[in-house]
Amino acid sequence: MTATSNDRARLGLRESATFDRTTIAAIQRAAETGIYDIRGWGAKRALPHFDDLLFLGASVSRYPLEGYREKCGTDVVLGARNARHPLRLDVPVTIAGMSFGALSGRAKEALGRGASEVGTSTTTGDGGMTPEERDTSKHLVYQYLPNRYGMNPDDLRRADAIEVVLGQGAKPGGGGMLLGQKVSERVAGMRDLPVGIDQRSASRHPDWTGPDDLTIKINELREITDWEKPIYVKVGASRTYYDVKLAVHAGADVVVVDGMQGGTAATQEVFIENVGIPTLAAIPQAVQALQELGVHRKPDGVQLIVSGGIRSGADVAKCLALGADAVAIGTAALIALGDNHPRFEDDYQRLGSAAGFYDAFQAGQDPAGITTQDPELQQRLDPVEGGRRLANYLRVLTMEAQTIARACGKAHVTHLEPEDMVAVSIEAAAMARVPLAGTSWVPGQSGGF
Amino acid sequence: MSISGTTPADVRFDLAVTPLREVNQLLHADGLSGSFAIDAPAGAHNVAVGLDAPVAVAINGHVGYYAAGMNKQAEVTVHGNAGTGVAENMMSGSVRVTGNASQSAGATGRGGLLVIDGDAGARCGISMKGIDIVVGGSVGHMSAFMAQRGRLVVRGDAGEALGDSVYEARIYLRGTAASLGADCVEKPMTEEHLEELAGLLKAAGYDDDPSSYRRYGSARTLYHFHADNSY
Repeated sequence: MTATSNDRARLGLRESATFDRTTIAAIQRAAETGIYDIRGWGAKRALPHFDDLLFLGASVSRYPLEGYREKCGTDVVLGARNARHPLRLDVPVTIAGMSFGALSGRAKEALGRGASEVGTSTTTGDGGMTPEERDTSKHLVYQYLPNRYGMNPDDLRRADAIEVVLGQGAKPGGGGMLLGQKVSERVAGMRDLPVGIDQRSASRHPDWTGPDDLTIKINELREITDWEKPIYVKVGASRTYYDVKLAVHAGADVVVVDGMQGGTAATQEVFIENVGIPTLAAIPQAVQALQELGVHRKPDGVQLIVSGGIRSGADVAKCLALGADAVAIGTAALIALGDNHPRFEDDYQRLGSAAGFYDAFQAGQDPAGITTQDPELQQRLDPVEGGRRLANYLRVLTMEAQTIARACGKAHVTHLEPEDMVAVSIEAAAMARVPLAGTSWVPGQSGGF
Repeated sequence: MSISGTTPADVRFDLAVTPLREVNQLLHADGLSGSFAIDAPAGAHNVAVGLDAPVAVAINGHVGYYAAGMNKQAEVTVHGNAGTGVAENMMSGSVRVTGNASQSAGATGRGGLLVIDGDAGARCGISMKGIDIVVGGSVGHMSAFMAQRGRLVVRGDAGEALGDSVYEARIYLRGTAASLGADCVEKPMTEEHLEELAGLLKAAGYDDDPSSYRRYGSARTLYHFHADNSY
């Protein structure tokens, strides 16, 4: 019989907070293999997050909207600053960039179906644009990445927006990797690589080096596409204030900021857990940069999309209240498709994991058929059913955000503002730049209680 | 090297008069054919990008970044020098630079032929994915970095770290390399390679003896993660 934590405590056994069982296992694994751990998912460590913020619902001093009757808008326009065809989305929740290669073609199709059903966008990834993704996506954002796998002008013109990727929250400063198990003939063909190799993507773009060059690069993309498409610039959250300012100076129509809780399909554990800053800390920096440049929440301004650890409509509402125009979800979208579902428990256990813990997206053995190129495993995901589940989830996120917005008296979800929130921890108050609950104290900004 | 606006053409554009955006959009017209000349580029960036028609385009003068970027089908000649990323991500057709090219020439190119009669700067052919590049002079450091497919021919010398982390691209070098990059090694020149190189030189308008070249490519030791190379 296995001893429980309580049993051990009664015996006087004490686990080290510094060398806990996870840490001990990591040391033992490193000693046995001589190579670092690579996994999927985003940062798993506890971080100040949206859970540390609360909304101040309307009362005497504020006037609420009727929860189920009064209109509360959710539409968002992205990229009207320069593009002849800006994106007009019905909901402010988009699907983040995830590659074909990391995901199966059926998973990409499901994401496209789900996003299109509710009128929002999905995004390509490191592996180029697949026909099934384009065909099922009403609004498709085409990523322009350092490695340029599969990049071509026809797909640029087929896209609805272009996202120049400088980094992602799980690994700011790092390139992608796709282990050989997932580099199938189709994946390799799209990337011009040999089948079965452990593929490492570049961490920096091959033909420009700094923000001045980026300006020219963005203009090249505009010239190739005849100034039709919005151009996004995506950064992993680190020096967010400066990165956002430089991205705007370079001509970005939309800036995407991805916090360290943002997911990855394969990255070194040490990178995921130790590089970057929490999403909560990044948003106010980005908003400050946009405000100082006079482009925040303006008709011809620059929109901000935030990603990294968004799970609920409350998280969506908090991002918007802090100043984002929209959010992007990745990990949560995969969970909606079926990732980590208890019905695969036996399979997870055979792989040495468990439902709720599975993060070996790099291995290509995903029981849910999502992060795999295995022909049989892929069949486990029905793209129509997956799309339906994702659409349901996106609707719930939107309705939850509307619920909160109405309670705060807002006729549109983007009318939420920092003034509508307080923090329940000092760390969150400092990062989000909102008062600690019950006080007027914003750590780092105001004097006393 | 000619940098004067003297090439004959069916249609002429003067970039001192016509805005670049207008020129590029006219060159994107459906069913485009014939020959075009672009005069007075004066180092402009993004000249003749995104072409997709069997046309001939002569650019009479120096150009800035990304000239003929993502070219398909067109035959583009730059009568002058080219800035960073000339013919970047080219798909097909050809681009010729009569002068020198700056860094990242032919970056990520997936097809077609890029000829640089002069020298090319650092990172020539970086991440190339099927393009053929022939450089009349020498190339700078880190050329053919992470080159995946295609052929890079250098009639002169190469700077440091040639072919660093190269995949399956083939590198032919007549002169000497200051050093080879990680996982790049010299490989034997077989009849297949001599024949391939002769064809590339001929296509570029050179008649060098292919046997005066050496071939470099991937040792393929970085294709799978190991403790000693998995930085």
